[in-house]
Amino acid sequence: MFAFIARRTLAVIPVLGVVAVFVFLLLRLSPGDPAAILAGETARPEDIERIRAALGLDKPIWTQFVTWLGALLQGDLGISIHSRVPVATLIAQRLEPTLALASTTIVASVLIAVPLGVIAAWQHGSWIDRGVMVLSVLGFSVPVFVVGYLLIYGFAMQLQWLPVQGYAPIGKGLWPFAERLILPTATLSFIYVALIARITRASVLEVLAEDYVRTAHAKGLPEHRVLLRHALRNAAVPIVTVIGIGVALLISGVVVTESVYNLPGLGRLTVDAVLARDYPTIQGLILVFSGAYVFLNLLIDIAYTAFDPRIRY
Amino acid sequence: MTMLATETATLSTPKAVSPAMRTLRQVMRNPAVIAGGSLIALVTLIGLAAPLLASADPTEINPVFRLKAPSGEHWLGTDLFGRDIYARVVYGARISLVIGITVATLSLAVGLTIGLVAGYIRWLDEIVMRIMDGLMAIPGILLAIALIALSGASLTTVIVAITIPDIPRVVRLVRAVVLTIREEPYVEAAIASGTRLPWILIRHVLPNTVAPLIVQGTFIAASAILVEAILSFLGAGIPPEVPTWGNIMAEGRVFFQIAPWIIFFPGLFLAFTVLAINVLGDGLRDTLDPRIAKRL
Repeated sequence: MFAFIARRTLAVIPVLGVVAVFVFLLLRLSPGDPAAILAGETARPEDIERIRAALGLDKPIWTQFVTWLGALLQGDLGISIHSRVPVATLIAQRLEPTLALASTTIVASVLIAVPLGVIAAWQHGSWIDRGVMVLSVLGFSVPVFVVGYLLIYGFAMQLQWLPVQGYAPIGKGLWPFAERLILPTATLSFIYVALIARITRASVLEVLAEDYVRTAHAKGLPEHRVLLRHALRNAAVPIVTVIGIGVALLISGVVVTESVYNLPGLGRLTVDAVLARDYPTIQGLILVFSGAYVFLNLLIDIAYTAFDPRIRY
Repeated sequence: MTMLATETATLSTPKAVSPAMRTLRQVMRNPAVIAGGSLIALVTLIGLAAPLLASADPTEINPVFRLKAPSGEHWLGTDLFGRDIYARVVYGARISLVIGITVATLSLAVGLTIGLVAGYIRWLDEIVMRIMDGLMAIPGILLAIALIALSGASLTTVIVAITIPDIPRVVRLVRAVVLTIREEPYVEAAIASGTRLPWILIRHVLPNTVAPLIVQGTFIAASAILVEAILSFLGAGIPPEVPTWGNIMAEGRVFFQIAPWIIFFPGLFLAFTVLAINVLGDGLRDTLDPRIAKRL
């Protein structure tokens, strides 16, 4: 098992390497002068020359890459054009709202979607099953921001139960923090619930057709034991996989949801950086988001061995 | 043995329909395909007939009628500049359809080419797949945003930016098909009889990718339309003066509390269109690719 974990961890290096090369080349291969892009639209010619010299943009591309990668490995993501603050600092400042939103969404979605999927598979063909299927198609069709505005309209404007927008750090008390997180979490969970419920239903349905499930029924085990012990446990691997793959969906959802609810997180930072053409910040954010995605999926792959002891690599 | 098989096949053809025709009939009878297909036809018709349907010029500014609620004159209300939302939404259908169709076609064409070559040339396979793994690790929207931020917002850059993140998924799919097909006895037979590689790919491998690619293509079109709307909504998409569903909604953000119709109506059309394409895709998958259909 340790050999597997070591091998799986090493396999992350080429993936992250390709991401780094890609993010590096994105700026260098784009039409236009990278120094001028990095200097921003208001820069004077001497600013552009200063940046060119400082980043070694006049040197061969290999030297540039090595310098850039070296800095990156030390956590140096460059300096924001817009705010003149190191990108790493900028990202650290905006981390809390995004982490809060992402973790509440993952927890809420799994807690809702897995039981929904199991019940839908168990009551195959019933109205619950049809409902779950309709929900899963809707989840992939209704855009995140439309869901967000519908919820704001209903719960914040009409019923006035919750605030319309904004964020309160957790340090300011639990209720103000939670109150402002409920609608964004519900918004972002919509698509994630659809995805997880659909896969849960499909894989539990497949397991329920297995012989050992029939045996379990035959020996008189209660229904819930058959469902949880035999069906769900054997269906766990595809469900956990899709939770990992869905993180990519979650990241794009975070960008949109934070804009709708005005949460000062990494998603807002991304949009602000694009509008200000703050290229170093965009690069840094892509690296951080991709890194998070790769590492989460690494953790999930390692977790497989716990879910399914048959898996040996 | 092959000769015998061809012989029986030729003998039975006068009565039986060709397999392609049989599949086509099956597809056309699937309720999801019919429902999704007719809804898409409706949206396409709306887009094509936009100049006839729209009662007003979608770009005409009319400050007297700013932020008016839906009424007899402006069915879906007006925006900040007094432009007619209904006219803008109807014209917006055109952009969304163009985006969906071109992104799906482009990513399928590029992905198919890369996938066929990678699946068949061993030493290239390893390199290509590592690059695809890396590309897939970058969240699609972020990659698109970065590409647009660099090359400037226009319809072409938006299409390219949405296409690139979709390519690895197509490559993976095609490569998976190639890897199973290359082990088939009829491919072995073709190699043994001296058929050259390009011909094997075209004659034996390519036809096997058609069904899964059609299914994948519909899902790519649906997500491309969604992603374009998201990009425009965030202000990182097609230039704001062009009436696209995302752009109309982006303009409504600030005024959501006083004029929610600016966001709700284009949002409704957007969801409706994407839903229709997804339903069509589900129907196609059930009929064309029963193996995957069982798993999902």
